[in-house]
Amino acid sequence: MAKVKGDIVVEIERCKGCEVCLDACPTKMIAMSPDVNSKGYHYMHKIKDDCIGCANCAIVCPDGVITVYKVKIG
Amino acid sequence: METGTVNSDIIREENLVYRKSRVLTDNIMHYCPGCGHGTTHRIIAEVIEELDIQEEVIGIAPVGCSVLAYNYLDIDMQEAAHGRAPALATAIKRLMPSKYVFTYQGDGDLAAIGTSETIHSANRGENITIVFINNGIYGMTGGQMAPTTLEGMKSSTSPYGREVSLMGHPLKITDLVARLPGSYFVTRQAVHTPANVRKTKKAIRTAFELQREKKGMTFVEVLSNCNSGWKMTPVQANKWMVENMFPFFPLGDIKVNGELVSK
Repeated sequence: MAKVKGDIVVEIERCKGCEVCLDACPTKMIAMSPDVNSKGYHYMHKIKDDCIGCANCAIVCPDGVITVYKVKIG
Repeated sequence: METGTVNSDIIREENLVYRKSRVLTDNIMHYCPGCGHGTTHRIIAEVIEELDIQEEVIGIAPVGCSVLAYNYLDIDMQEAAHGRAPALATAIKRLMPSKYVFTYQGDGDLAAIGTSETIHSANRGENITIVFINNGIYGMTGGQMAPTTLEGMKSSTSPYGREVSLMGHPLKITDLVARLPGSYFVTRQAVHTPANVRKTKKAIRTAFELQREKKGMTFVEVLSNCNSGWKMTPVQANKWMVENMFPFFPLGDIKVNGELVSK
């Protein structure tokens, strides 16, 4: 089976820090940033490079802040 | 702290898996963090984009938290008086039968002040879609008790929990609608996990497709958290919803192809 590698882009300014995406991530490669955006919310960011591009985080995000990309390797 | 790197060879247009629908505007939604309204707006926008009906759909915004829904959905929308969205949808659908007409209502709008419009439009079999967000509370006005508030559930007007002998029973309006002959597809879904969001999206898509076939009223209830009204974090509120709301409001199809689903 081809290996899959994904990546996400987060619109930091739109994120409200609700943390609903954290439970949805199967590889636990996202967390809340210690920094805040201009509204004072801790935004979601990547902490590891284990993304598989499943888009679960983007699908539960109430504010649609996450864009997901995926490539097949090998 | 370890941080992920930006993979410029992955982040390319041809590798795109998911992006916010273009039917959703760029306005930042006023909803509280983690609210199911945002998720539901997003999937309605995705369904409209996938069916390619942005020019043919007319939405009716309610009164309640989602009163400003027209700021977020880039489609023709009309604001209704409190609870009157199905009446307005009836008029628009009858005048413009080729359009897809849907209402987006909360439980205060649909199950309290608008019960009459909801029941009668379902009974008439109006060929419209109703998206009903049920969070068991009046979210916008400060978390007061709603008809859908669960027995024993605390709200700002039932601080010791809803007492049935004094305040009556919670109302399962979706089951009422399903029992009327005019409704064709009635389902209850939720938007707290990726799997549930996918199911809800499929249900909304089915509702629009059945409306095109002029089958009668299609009704999608979406259970949502109200973390501000319930005084919890979004993640706690989702857990509370699973533990307390799902036993009373079980998820699943209630009426399919005009026939009640036997449980």
